[in-house]
Amino acid sequence: MTGEMILTRNFARSDAHTLRAYLETGGYRAWAKAQAMEPTAILEEVKRSNLRGLGGAGFPTGTKWSFIPKSHAGPVYLVINADEGEPGTFKDRYLLERDPHALIEGMLIAARAIRSATAFVYVRGEYVEPWRRFSSAVQEAYAAQYLGHGFDIVVHRGAGAYICGEETGLISSLEGKKGWPKLKPPFPAIKGAFGAPTIVNNVETICHVPHIVNRGAAWFAALGTKTQGGTRMYSVSGRVARPGVYEAPVSITLRQLIYERAGGVTGNGRLKAVVPGGSSAAILTADEIDVTMDVDGLKNAGTMAGSAGVIVMDETVSIPEALMVVARFYAHESCGQCTPCRESTGWIYKITHRIVEGRGRKEDLDTILDVAKRGAGTTICAFYDGAVGPYISYIEKFRGEFEAMVLK
Amino acid sequence: MSEGDGYPGLTDPATTVFSEAQLAEVRRLQSLYPDPRGALLPVLYMAQETFGWISLPLEEYVATLFGLSPAHVHEVVTFYTLYFREPPGRHVVSVCHNLSCHLAGAPGIIAHLRQRLGVDPGETSEDGRVTLLSVECLCACEAAPMMQVDDRYELNLTPTKVDRILEGLA
Repeated sequence: MTGEMILTRNFARSDAHTLRAYLETGGYRAWAKAQAMEPTAILEEVKRSNLRGLGGAGFPTGTKWSFIPKSHAGPVYLVINADEGEPGTFKDRYLLERDPHALIEGMLIAARAIRSATAFVYVRGEYVEPWRRFSSAVQEAYAAQYLGHGFDIVVHRGAGAYICGEETGLISSLEGKKGWPKLKPPFPAIKGAFGAPTIVNNVETICHVPHIVNRGAAWFAALGTKTQGGTRMYSVSGRVARPGVYEAPVSITLRQLIYERAGGVTGNGRLKAVVPGGSSAAILTADEIDVTMDVDGLKNAGTMAGSAGVIVMDETVSIPEALMVVARFYAHESCGQCTPCRESTGWIYKITHRIVEGRGRKEDLDTILDVAKRGAGTTICAFYDGAVGPYISYIEKFRGEFEAMVLK
Repeated sequence: MSEGDGYPGLTDPATTVFSEAQLAEVRRLQSLYPDPRGALLPVLYMAQETFGWISLPLEEYVATLFGLSPAHVHEVVTFYTLYFREPPGRHVVSVCHNLSCHLAGAPGIIAHLRQRLGVDPGETSEDGRVTLLSVECLCACEAAPMMQVDDRYELNLTPTKVDRILEGLA
């Protein structure tokens, strides 16, 4: 199962990031077509395509766009979330570096659909080369008159904070504040960046839009499952023979992705566990990988598609140690706004650390589970719920391994 | 802020000012956002590139450019990891220690750098050449273990490759 490459079709070209290469491969034709379409027609087409957000939440993109109040007279902002930071994910880096004009063209079309004249692209601060590449493409697009005639793009650099990948944290940061998420409602589509209606979309999501306009919603929807259209870019890393970005229809199974695309398991060659959608997704065991990699397929399997970052672990990997590494991440990146998250992430990291150091206590495992479950759903944003996914699943699915360390 | 309050690395406020050209750039950046305050992060980057790090007097100066309180700017500077609040070394080496890099041997790479530079993560080598950091996912997991050296990503690290990279840092 290889399928057609859509987002990644030009990645092999060394000049894929240039306007010339983009035009040679059919670039900006969708924009020409979209200019002849009514904004609502674009929106309906995207709705029918079953495109879902590919940054993590998996929300239907067309539906999100439709939340912009129709009666609104003031400015509407399009914000692109290029603050890629979910552990195990690296797809947006490839798109920014290798096909920046696809994002610009998708933004032009999306902006027409939501009637936005200004967009901000929030690129994570560490992505210096992707930021340069994308900024050059924006300059090219201005010189070629795609931009500057009723639509402007401002490229904004983040400054190092995972929480700014959360859409309201991103908005706070864009407004020149620390990246604290905001309580919803109001949702950004009603009151977002600088107080105006705002749509925040992931890079990869928007890169799909020109193809949907060019080839039609029905074509895109047919690539995927009943509830999610298209392909997506899976970032595969960890103990596999060929780590990398793999584009596949969302109906691909995790087993196919690991064994047919990424070349199978390394280490001792025997699969132990897989993180299927970035570190915030609950872990799956070796016998849970016959699951389709679409949003609902993974949801039904008790985990999530998230950002499609797949991290593979063979039998030689220590799950308690892996949890400690993941717990350290959440402790470091908690923004500190909500008490359950700020306190729990810190304490759970300390507990996992002492377990791995051989100083674990018998009650530690139940303490982590208790703290995790009590805090879930009590915070302003989804960050802590994302931390709870690994806390609970690593311990519940590999309890024996933890107990062996604690009771030693 | 009064002088001599003991803040480490305190610099002379008089030296922490932008040139006319930089002030024009500040105004240009501010004009890109519906509220000029949106330019605070980019202007803090400018400040850091100019002065090497962001001191308290520099925070105060930047605050005046935005009509913000120094406390607001301090809150922002301390929230993000890419603003340095003390002078870093001439190069900053940030090793990813998250899961994919961990599985690929990041702890060994960090141990090697500690031994080579004689510092722990968070410290700067005695000759002022390198600040070593151990950081969260830099999203280049396909090439783990990896690290960022100033603006560059260095991928698929081995101790030998790390040595070669260190030799190239003046």
